[in-house]
Amino acid sequence: MQTDISKVDEIVMRYGRRKENLLAMLLDCQEEFYYLPKEALEEISKQTGTPFVKVLHAATFFRAFSLKPVGKYPIHVCMGTACHVKGAPRLLEAFERELQIKKGETTKDNLFSIETVNCLGCCGLAPVVTVGKDVHGKLRQANVSRIIKKYRSREGSDA
Amino acid sequence: MPKLTVEDLKNLREGLRDKMNIRSGEAKAKVIVHMSTCGIAAGARDILKAFMDEIENRGITDILVTTSSCAGLCSKEPMITVLYQNQPPVKYVELTPQKVKKIFEEHLLNGNIVKEFALASGSETTA
Amino acid sequence: MAYRSHILLCSGTGCVSCGAFTLKETLKTELQKRNLQDEIQVVTTGCQGFCAEGPIMIVQPDGIFYCQVKPSDVPTIVEEHFIKGRPVKKLLYTGAAKATPIPALKDIPFFAKQQLVVLRNRGLVDPDKIEDYIAVDGYSALSKALTEMKPEAIIAEIKRSGLRGRGGGGFPAGIKWETCRKAYLQRNVEPVVICNADEGDPGAYMDRSIIESDPHAVLEGMAIAAYAIGAKEGFIYIRHEYPLARQRLLNAIEQAKEYGLLGENILNTNFSFNIEIVQGAGAFVCGESTALMASLEGEVGEPRAKYIHTVEYGYKNRPSNLNNVETYANVPLIILRGSDWFASMGTGDPRENPWNGSSGTKVFSLVGKVNNTGLIEVPMGISLREIIFDIGGGIPKGKKFKAVQTGGPSGGCLPESKLDMPVDFDSLTEAGSMMGSGGMIVMDEETCMVDVARYFISFLTEESCGKCTPCREGLRTMLDILNRICEGKGKEEDIAFLEEMGEVMQDCCLCALGTSAPNPVLSTIEYFKNEYLEHIKNHKCPGGVCKELITYVIDKNKCDGCHACTKVCSSNAIKGEAKKLHSIDTTKCIKCGACIEVCTKDAIYKE
Ligand SMILES: Cc1cc2nc3c(=O)[nH]c(=O)nc-3n(C[C@H](O)[C@H](O)[C@H](O)COP(=O)(O)O)c2cc1C
Ligand code: FES
Repeated sequence: MQTDISKVDEIVMRYGRRKENLLAMLLDCQEEFYYLPKEALEEISKQTGTPFVKVLHAATFFRAFSLKPVGKYPIHVCMGTACHVKGAPRLLEAFERELQIKKGETTKDNLFSIETVNCLGCCGLAPVVTVGKDVHGKLRQANVSRIIKKYRSREGSDA
Repeated sequence: MPKLTVEDLKNLREGLRDKMNIRSGEAKAKVIVHMSTCGIAAGARDILKAFMDEIENRGITDILVTTSSCAGLCSKEPMITVLYQNQPPVKYVELTPQKVKKIFEEHLLNGNIVKEFALASGSETTA
Repeated sequence: MAYRSHILLCSGTGCVSCGAFTLKETLKTELQKRNLQDEIQVVTTGCQGFCAEGPIMIVQPDGIFYCQVKPSDVPTIVEEHFIKGRPVKKLLYTGAAKATPIPALKDIPFFAKQQLVVLRNRGLVDPDKIEDYIAVDGYSALSKALTEMKPEAIIAEIKRSGLRGRGGGGFPAGIKWETCRKAYLQRNVEPVVICNADEGDPGAYMDRSIIESDPHAVLEGMAIAAYAIGAKEGFIYIRHEYPLARQRLLNAIEQAKEYGLLGENILNTNFSFNIEIVQGAGAFVCGESTALMASLEGEVGEPRAKYIHTVEYGYKNRPSNLNNVETYANVPLIILRGSDWFASMGTGDPRENPWNGSSGTKVFSLVGKVNNTGLIEVPMGISLREIIFDIGGGIPKGKKFKAVQTGGPSGGCLPESKLDMPVDFDSLTEAGSMMGSGGMIVMDEETCMVDVARYFISFLTEESCGKCTPCREGLRTMLDILNRICEGKGKEEDIAFLEEMGEVMQDCCLCALGTSAPNPVLSTIEYFKNEYLEHIKNHKCPGGVCKELITYVIDKNKCDGCHACTKVCSSNAIKGEAKKLHSIDTTKCIKCGACIEVCTKDAIYKE
C-alpha cells in the first residue's frame, strides 16, 4: 500500500512542525493509517528536524503505535489486573484459536489483528475486549466465535 | 458570550439553579441517562435512543432527556435516574430498550414507579 | 473538632427548589449571631426522599426531623432547640411514614457507606454543559480565591486541610505548591501547573470517571492552583485510551473560555490562565513525574534521577507543580468550605502538620471478584472489610475471599487478616502495600497468588523503560523465576533469592517504578508463602490457575450429560453420550476452561 504523504504533511502542519508535538503527530498518523508506515516516520523526521532514530525510538517506546499494518477490525484484549483475575489470558487464547493467529499478528484477509492492552478503563465490566471501536464487556469464551462471525458477516454483506 | 465578572457569575448561578429543578421549569419529569465509557460499553446509547424515540413518536414536550456521567455501579449498567415532580429521584438498573418502554409509559407519563426494574430512590450522600 | 450537634440539611433537587440554599445561609448567619458556629455544624446532604415535605432538616445526634422549614423559622429553632434544648413541636414531622414502594438509596449498602466529595456531581450534572456546573456552585471557589484570597492564604488553607496527593505517593499538596511558588519567586522563572491524567495502573479508572463526570471541577482546581503558585500555563497529560474523557475536557475548556473562566483576565481580574491537553501514548512509566515532563517536551518518556526536584526544575526547567486529577478536583470545595471541614473527614488532625493522618475521602475502583463492581468514594479510615463486604456486597457465587490488591503494580496483596485495617496512606504502606491511585482488585479462592505476582512482574518488565540496570535486569530475572515456579519447576531457594533481589531493587533503582516493583512479589511471599511452597514442593496450584499443574475432571455425581461442554470444547477432548456421564481425555485437553464457563451443573473442577 502506498502511503499518502500529503496526509502526513497535513498532520505535521497541524502542530506547526513543533518538535515537542512529536507524540501527537505520531498518534494522529496511527489514527490515519492504523499503523506507522516508514515513509511517514521519515517525513516527520525531515519536517521537524528530529533525527530519524529519535522518531523511531518514540514509535517503538509507546504501546499505542504499531509498525506493522493491523487488520480492519483490530482486536484489543484487555490484560489489566481486573480482567486478568477474571480470565483474560484464557480469553486471549480463545481469540488466538478462533482466528488462528497469535497476538501481534493479522489474519490473511487483513480483517482482524490481535493486540493486548493494559486496562481500557471499564474494569467493572471485566473481562473486556474491544473490536474496532466497539467495547465488549463481561465476555466468555463461548461468545468469541459469535463476535467474530458478526464482523465477518458485516463484511460479507458489504461486498 | 460576554466574559463574566464575579458579580455576573453569581447572578447567573441563581438563574441557572431555578432552571435546573423541574418544579419551576416547564417539564414535569426528567430522565438522566448515565453515560460514561463503561455505561456506553454496556449499551447506554441504545437506552438514550429508546427514550428519544418515545418522545418523538408521542410528540411529548414536558419530559426532558439529558445525559450525565456514570453513577458508579458499573456492574448494573446501563442505568438511568428518573426525576418526577415531587418524587425523590429513582434509579433504574440493567436496562434494555424493552424496559424503557414500560418505564416511559408507567413512570414518566403517569408517575408510577416501575418496581421490578428500580434499584432505589433518593440521592447519594454528599459531604 | 468535635461539634456538639450537626444539622443535616437536605439539598436534593426537591428541597433546593423550595429554598434549601437560602435556608442554609440563614441558619449559618443565625448560628454565628448566637456564637454557636463552633458547636453546631451545618451539613448539606443528598435527597432524603421526602421531597414533598421540603425543605427537610435533621438534627443529629438526636435524629430530630423538621420539615417545611422556612427561613423565618430559623431564629425560633436556634433559640428553642440549640439554646434551650427543646425541639420545636410545630415543625416536627408528624405525618404517618409513607411507605416508599422501593428501597431508599441510603438503605442500600453500596450507596450508604459512600461519601461523595469529588464525585458529588456524578450522575447529576451534564458534564458537557458548563451551566450545570455553575448552577451547583461551580467556579465560585475560583471567584472566591481570586477576589478574597492572597496566593499565600490559599496555600496555607490547602496545607491546613491536609490534602495529600491522590496519585500514589500521598505527598501533601500544600507543601508542594509552597515549594513551587518559592522556586518561582526565587528564580523569577514562570512556573507551570500540570495535571496527571495518565492513569497507567491496570484495573483502575478513577481519574477517567472524575473527568467524565465533572471535568470543570478539575479545571477549576487547576486554575486555583495556578493562581496560588503564580502560573499562567497549565497542561493535562491524558492517556490516549480515554477518548471520551479527553473530548469532555476539550469541550469544558472551550466553554470555560467563552465565559471568561479560563483565558485572559479571568472574571475580570488580572489573573490569566490557559490549559492545554496533551495525549500520552500508552507507557506506564510516563505517569512518573520526570518521565511525564520529558514526554511533554516531546522526548521519549524516560525518568531521570530526582536529586533535582521537578517542582523546582521540571518542564523545560521551569518550576512545575504536578498533581493528580483527583487532587485537583478536591481543591474547589476546600476553598469554598474551608480546611476545617475537609480536615474533619478521614483520620488524624492534619491542621498543624499535613503529614498527620489522611484527611478527606478517596475514590476507589472496586473491581475483580466482587459482586458490586464500580467506582466508589469513601471517607479515609474506612476498613477494607466495609468496602469489600458492605459496599462491594461480598464475593460472587459464595466463594471465599483470598486477597485484595491495592496500589497497582507498585502495591501489594493483603490477606483476610488485614481486612479490619483502616484504609489510609500510612496504614496501607505499613502493611506492605500502598494507597496508589485507587485501584482495588478483589481476589477469591480461585486466584493463584504466584500467578498474580507473575502478572505484575511481567507487566512491569514490559513497561520498564530500560534505562537503569537494576530495574531492567532485576525484573527479567524475577520473571524467569516466577515463570519457573508457575510451571512447577521451582526450587526452594527461589523464594529467598526473590526476596534478596527485591531488596536490591528497592535500594538501587532510578525511579519509583523500579523501587516499588518488587512489592507485589514481596507482599505475596509475606502473606501467601504456603502457595509458593505448594507450587514448588507439591507441584500443585491451590487456585487452579497454573496450567502445567492442573487437570480438569468431571464430577461423577453432578454431570447429567447435557452436552453443553462438548459443544464448546475446541479440542474435542470431552466425550460422552447424551444424558450420560461425560469424561475428559487429558491428553487432548488444552485446559482453556471454556467448559467450566458453560457448565450449569458445576460438574467440572480442577485438581
Ligand atoms: C511508574 C509510575 C507511574 C505513575 N503513574 C501515575 C499515574 O498514572 N497517575 C498519577 O496521578 N500519578 C502517577 N504516578 C505518581 C506521579 O509520579 C506523581 O507522584 C503524582 O502524579 C503527583 O500527584 P499527587 O501529589 O497529586 O499525587 C506514577 C509514579 C510512578 C513512579
Ligand atoms: S482491567 Fe480490563 S478494563 Fe481495566
